[in-house]
Amino acid sequence: MTTRKKTRLVVIGNGMAGMRTLEELLKLAPDMYDITVFGAEPHGNYNRILLSPVLAGEMTIKDIMLNDVDWYAQNGITLHLNKKVTQIDRVRRKVIAGDGTEADYDRLLLATGSNPFMLPVPGKDLPGVVSYRDIKDTDEMIEAASRYRHAVVIGGGLLGLEAANGLRLRGMDVTVVHLMPWLMERQLDRTAAGLLQQSLEAKGLKFLLEKQTAELIAGESGRVCAIKFKDGETLSADLVVMAVGIRPNTELAETASLYCNRGVVVNDTMQTYDPRIYAVGECVSHRGIAYGLVAPLFEQAKVCANHLAQLGISRYTGSVTSTKLKVTGIDLFSAGDFIGGEGTEEIVLSDPSGGVYKKLVVKDDKIVGGVLYGDTAEGSWYFQLLRDGQNIRELRGRLMSGQSHLGNSGHQGQNNAASMPDEMEVCGCNGVCKGTIVKAIKEKGLFTLEEVRKHTKASSSCGSCTGLVEQILASTIGGAYQPVDASRKPLCGCTDYTHEEIRKAIVERKLKSIPEAMGFFEWRNVNGCASCRPALNYYLLCAWPHDYQDDPQSRFINERAHANIQKDGSYSVIPRIYGGVTTPEQLKRIAEVAEKYAVPTVKLTGGQRIDLLGVKKEDLPKVWADLDMPSGFAYGKSIRTVKTCVGSEWCRFGVQDSTNLGIALEKALDRMWAPHKVKLAVSGCPRNCAEATIKDVGIVGVDSGWEIYVAGNGGIKAEVSLFLVKVKSAEEVMEYASAFIQLYREEARYLDRTVHWVQRVGMDYVKKRIVADAAGRKALHERLADALRDEKDPWQERVRGVEAQEFVPIRL
Amino acid sequence: MSEWMRVCPLEEIPRLGSRVVQTGKGDIAVFRNGLDEVFALRDQCPHKGGPLSQGIVFDRKVTCPLHSLTVQLDSGEAVAPDEGCTQRYRARVDKGEVYLNIS
Ligand code: SRM
Ligand SMILES: Cc1cc2nc3c(=O)[nH]c(=O)nc-3n(C[C@H](O)[C@H](O)[C@H](O)COP(=O)(O)OP(=O)(O)OC[C@H]3O[C@@H](n4cnc5c(N)ncnc54)[C@H](O)[C@@H]3O)c2cc1C
Ligand code: SF4
Ligand code: FES
Repeated sequence: MTTRKKTRLVVIGNGMAGMRTLEELLKLAPDMYDITVFGAEPHGNYNRILLSPVLAGEMTIKDIMLNDVDWYAQNGITLHLNKKVTQIDRVRRKVIAGDGTEADYDRLLLATGSNPFMLPVPGKDLPGVVSYRDIKDTDEMIEAASRYRHAVVIGGGLLGLEAANGLRLRGMDVTVVHLMPWLMERQLDRTAAGLLQQSLEAKGLKFLLEKQTAELIAGESGRVCAIKFKDGETLSADLVVMAVGIRPNTELAETASLYCNRGVVVNDTMQTYDPRIYAVGECVSHRGIAYGLVAPLFEQAKVCANHLAQLGISRYTGSVTSTKLKVTGIDLFSAGDFIGGEGTEEIVLSDPSGGVYKKLVVKDDKIVGGVLYGDTAEGSWYFQLLRDGQNIRELRGRLMSGQSHLGNSGHQGQNNAASMPDEMEVCGCNGVCKGTIVKAIKEKGLFTLEEVRKHTKASSSCGSCTGLVEQILASTIGGAYQPVDASRKPLCGCTDYTHEEIRKAIVERKLKSIPEAMGFFEWRNVNGCASCRPALNYYLLCAWPHDYQDDPQSRFINERAHANIQKDGSYSVIPRIYGGVTTPEQLKRIAEVAEKYAVPTVKLTGGQRIDLLGVKKEDLPKVWADLDMPSGFAYGKSIRTVKTCVGSEWCRFGVQDSTNLGIALEKALDRMWAPHKVKLAVSGCPRNCAEATIKDVGIVGVDSGWEIYVAGNGGIKAEVSLFLVKVKSAEEVMEYASAFIQLYREEARYLDRTVHWVQRVGMDYVKKRIVADAAGRKALHERLADALRDEKDPWQERVRGVEAQEFVPIRL
Repeated sequence: MSEWMRVCPLEEIPRLGSRVVQTGKGDIAVFRNGLDEVFALRDQCPHKGGPLSQGIVFDRKVTCPLHSLTVQLDSGEAVAPDEGCTQRYRARVDKGEVYLNIS
């Protein structure tokens, strides 16, 4: 037997970026490489950003380990701890450590991070002068805090303030010395910095601004005892922490003659000028930028792993970053160009006595930066708008009050995570408290919303508390949390391709089955997963309404059984009652069925129809046969209801026949599948008794015709719909409404309600396609009618015996 | 002693699907995956008792229809980070027929 020798990968630097790259690589190609890791520190891989809570006494070193030594062993990785690589021999392709240990490589990964910058002043090497970078520094600071009194932190940036806060909490008398006129000048404007300084002063910190350090003075013991400034003043100091900046650690790369320019220069595939050598993390310069936060490093790690695994499909194109300060009780957010200037405008909300300040910098109707102090609830939303470059013209009026203020249900109207006590419930669906989430993030080393959802279940059900969970994540791990890039959302974990790319290929490449689509995009898991299969099934069905063979096994149970599963495993049956209008004959039939099958609960739904709850699965086809009514699709990502009011036929105020228009719409859209559920309503006058303004499509009759509103939502987060157009006749309503719905069907992502989709593409776009383009509108309207022409009623089909197995248990 | 009971022909379980088998020991979900392997689990999710037979099957896993916990078909264990376990039974295919052993 011959065993092929595996390719050798050597990693220099056992930190966050290097090990994240290995984790990503092991997911993609677990057996491809023989891996060796060198780390200059004597520890496994730990979460460096949580050194701040360790210093503050909120956590221990043990809590912040990401990959302990066992992890390396389990993955067959050779780990050399406490060994600093001093030479790379690119000709012989080997690296050599200080103690003489050597390792040969086929591929090399540099992840050497950065070095703290030390001010070149006399006394910088005295005992008691430390930087703040690793466990050793942190231990030294903790030790000093237990023996000495006066601490001076040089540098009023993120790192300096976190150090100062930690030392203060450990009982030291702390002064922060800063060269600039205000704190965190690279993230905050003067006003926000002023508020921050006030809150930190209230915590007992002292500040000396616009002070330049001249010298550090030694005491009798040889340890530092004071700091002297350019202006001649001095200040006692038994511990001096230098936090004035970092420099990419390129020393090793430079001795190996790799091209460096304020960082090891890499291209979009994270390769250095030597194509065998990759580099990631803080040591790297990509398109002229060296990053100092975790989020970009993770993106780089993902791309690098993809290329190391020889998949070669992804590119790193740079990151937009945002900042959070990890000081408990202080809420601050900053991103992008927060100062502004020529050609920009500012939207500001300033309430200094309330401790709240918000500023957004806008250019050409796009957010280019912002600072939030005191209330950062909207931070992730603004950041998303910034990064997606979304046009905010229509949002302007709502920007400051924000997204989460209105209409959010399920967490007592809370929208500020910082002010919530630990025991307060954040996720009302799964009963998860704030403390539980914070604990999981810290102890399990979670970095993304997805990971928090998986581990705690918080925000994994209805999602209304997503904003709160994001805030908690951001304040726990600082700038390491960045909301996912909404404009490039992979379909699911099985692929890196986006919804849009996949939809496009399905049409252009004429992919007509799930296996074909998965094959074309080289899905990672053969049968996909419970997220992508339903999405693909819908995309195929929408693209090929007459050719695609629907796959019941790729549908969620409700759509497979054509009824809603209940918590006890029984089902509910909701027949269609067009426009909410029924007859005595229909009611009698429903009553008889309910009696015959001993249905435990008969309920009127919020959608103007009748629900028979607690039907056994086996009985479903019989119940449907006896009801002899069409399926109400109450279980589907599909047309649900068209609610109506009594309208001009009876109502003394009615100006339009809303009832009959509603029935006509519901008939036209009958049996329609969609990215998510679709609900309409028609009201006969502006009193709007059918609640048309919180529906996907809402129609309001006025004396001179009909107003059409779209993209409303009455659920998890109430959204009032937006005005689309006013038309004269019922026929026009049919055309506009169905064209809008077809556009949604063709372009939205699976599980987007209309509101989510419209918020992404913008109402201008929708108006352009539906109102301005008459021919396009007609074509959309016709495509929908064509797609529905041969859809059959699923209940009647099953009454005829289709998929009988689904409903019949086997008895042994 | 082991007792193998014949359940049904393999074709009567949809690929990437399941059937519910009612036995003296309660409902058992018999799954068939994409490779035509068969597995049997007690039809109760370790989370809140949801019927696993009604879930979506992929690989050697099923996602519960009620709150999306994913359970490993070959062990009955919940997939990490979730926790919990449901009773697993032996199942096999022989000459196109599915057999179940619940002894
Ligand atoms: C039966 C009903 C409650 C009732 O007794 O009235 C109901 C029941 C359920 N709703 Fe609803 N919703 C019902 C009207 C509504 C309404 C009111 C309406 O339609 O006018 C809303 C708000 C309007 C809206 O959708 O914008 C509503 C917003 C939701 C939401 C939140 C949707 C959102 O986008 O925010 C969910 C969760 C989801 O879909 O993810 C939901 C989910 C559910 C589910 C399907 C939960 C589930 O996944 O099992 C419930 C199924 C129970 C069952 O087995 O029948 N239901 N649900 C109503 C059925 C109406 C019908 O005749 O079809
Ligand atoms: C106290 C603190 C708080 C922070 N807070 C945040 C925050 O809130 N949010 C955020 O996004 N970021 C934060 N950061 C920054 C974040 O930690 C870094 O961006 C990240 O750790 C960089 O990862 P890296 O792998 O590039 O470097 P590192 O994690 O520094 O890893 C590099 C490793 O390589 C080793 N090494 C270097 N040279 C050699 C060699 N020649 N041979 C062998 N090994 C070598 C080093 O010893 C080190 O262990 C914080 C940093 C600190 C220090
Ligand atoms: S019917 Fe709707 S609101 Fe009521 S419990 Fe179910 S999902 Fe929640
Ligand atoms: S019952 Fe299965 S996930 Fe809750």
